[in-house]
Amino acid sequence: MSADEMDLGRRRFLTATTAVIGGVGALCAAFPFAASWMPSARAKALGAPVEVDLSKIEIGQKITVAWRGQPIFVVHRSLDSVQALIKEEGHLRDPLSLESAQPLYAKNRYRSIKESYLILVGICTHLGCVPLFKPKVGDLDASWTGGFFCPCHGSKYDMAGRVYQGVPAPLNLPVPPYRYLSDTVVMIGEDSVQGASV
Amino acid sequence: MKSILEKNSFQPKDPKPCQNLMGTYLEASFNWVNDRFPVLDMWNQHIAKYYAPKNFNIWYIFGSLALLILVNQLITGIWLTMNYQPSAESAFASVEYIMRDVPYGWLLRYMHSTGASFFFIVVYLHMFRGLLYGSYRKPRELVWLIGMMIFLCLMAEAFLGYLLPWGNMSFWGAQVITSLFGAIPWVGDMLLEWMRGDYTISSVTLNRFFALHVIAVPLMFVGLVVFHILALHEVGSNNPDGVEIKDKLNEAGVPLDGIPFHPYYTVKDLMWVAVFLIIFCAVVFFAPEMGGYFLEAANFEPADALKTPEHIAPVWYMTPYYAILRAIPNKLGGVIAMFSAIAVFFFLPWLDRSPVKSIRYKGILYKIALGLFVICFVLLGYLGTKQPTPMSTIITQVASVVYFGFFVLMPWYSRIDKTKPVPERIS
Repeated sequence: MSADEMDLGRRRFLTATTAVIGGVGALCAAFPFAASWMPSARAKALGAPVEVDLSKIEIGQKITVAWRGQPIFVVHRSLDSVQALIKEEGHLRDPLSLESAQPLYAKNRYRSIKESYLILVGICTHLGCVPLFKPKVGDLDASWTGGFFCPCHGSKYDMAGRVYQGVPAPLNLPVPPYRYLSDTVVMIGEDSVQGASV
Repeated sequence: MKSILEKNSFQPKDPKPCQNLMGTYLEASFNWVNDRFPVLDMWNQHIAKYYAPKNFNIWYIFGSLALLILVNQLITGIWLTMNYQPSAESAFASVEYIMRDVPYGWLLRYMHSTGASFFFIVVYLHMFRGLLYGSYRKPRELVWLIGMMIFLCLMAEAFLGYLLPWGNMSFWGAQVITSLFGAIPWVGDMLLEWMRGDYTISSVTLNRFFALHVIAVPLMFVGLVVFHILALHEVGSNNPDGVEIKDKLNEAGVPLDGIPFHPYYTVKDLMWVAVFLIIFCAVVFFAPEMGGYFLEAANFEPADALKTPEHIAPVWYMTPYYAILRAIPNKLGGVIAMFSAIAVFFFLPWLDRSPVKSIRYKGILYKIALGLFVICFVLLGYLGTKQPTPMSTIITQVASVVYFGFFVLMPWYSRIDKTKPVPERIS
């Protein structure tokens, strides 16, 4: 081949390899920009666990505490509402919490460690509104046995945060990781069993 | 006959057009610049010798008006950043500071917030013009696609900007809309944390929304507007008759039915700018909240992560899509329907199979379809601002079906529609 003839194969190879290597380089360079959007060390630190004294909650009452900036519902359920949980199971979307998010120790009918204390992330699984606490029987309609109602798009949950059928929310309200420090004090945001969440 | 895609080639006849007005020094300076930068060529190509069809009606003012509002948003926006503070601790108070203490701060903010609503009014009318006269048809597909990208930028700007006052509706609006992405299978939860930069909407989210709202999206926006106009000037403007004026040229290569954009349409647009500004100023001065439609009542309370407002509704310009989202009793399905309602506009140039462009020569089927579409769009917008009831949910579902039917059935009804013959030239 003479000096002024073009070697098209060589040119194509060089163009292609340059483009591929350059593309990989560009993707690598893009990574820190994308990763910089993840929660910062400070945001993670501010999401530290919170302690709640359960003895101050009267039967049938709900309190809301903030963990990771999210509302956490702590409910002292009455014996009646615990017993009512089984009645509505035919109308629930995921009564056994198979699809929903909770630690293993809350993957039961009551969705809690102790039957009388329910701890939930108070964020509707539809579009993130805070559901209202409607504990009274017959509060929403005649067959209502108590639970939570989201004012945004009408999703309904029972007294264990389990979602009803025929509402837009797809899943039960999530249960955060928590553990009992004593009989009446819980630490929300961490559990004793490593990796037990979800 | 010259191809419509052929580039305009305009030669400046007189390189010294301002001899009588400018002194010798001014003229010399102009020539010095023009020899180094194509000032005159650009002026001619896009304004003085850009030939637009002679039959533009009132529907053709909204492009210029949108440009005017863009300038309004950019200028008032820059001035607002001089006093606004993008952090959860001080954002709400800094907006109050702008409203009460900064000289004319209230005016700048109301111009910006009213400008947002008027941007959507003008852009919706601009898009409707396209539907009326088939402005998206060949060879203007790319003009339409770039326009749709501008529309996406506009919605992103509106959404991002709405968080900045850090009112309670700001907070929960952002919470609801970002939650939409949580519906995406597998990666949804991680995507949420990535977008918010925290476990919920927080100061971190506010700060990044501010960065996106004031620089990232506006840059794209302005770039796309330039592309939109360049693409339009490459193919030439459509008109109410849907006749291609470039098909009939005189000896000089000028369209027989074209008139120069300047002075004919610059003067026409200026006249409508005056009318527009009267309406715009009336709202800015007398009804900036527009009864809760432009600025919502719940947003006069600071953001509260633990308390959702009793009734969450987006600002009016997003409500048609929000109504479609609510119409479907399934989270992922609702999200898909909502995004499809916007995405389907992109396919319009290829859905319309009618042999004619303009509604003037289209048949009864398209007129009925477009009429139903407009009714349903307005109905969805209205219902999207209201609390859902079982009855309104059914109406919303029917309206959503009609909304999508307008697009999905278009290849069928536009083909069998009885059209009228299109004249050779604009009469």
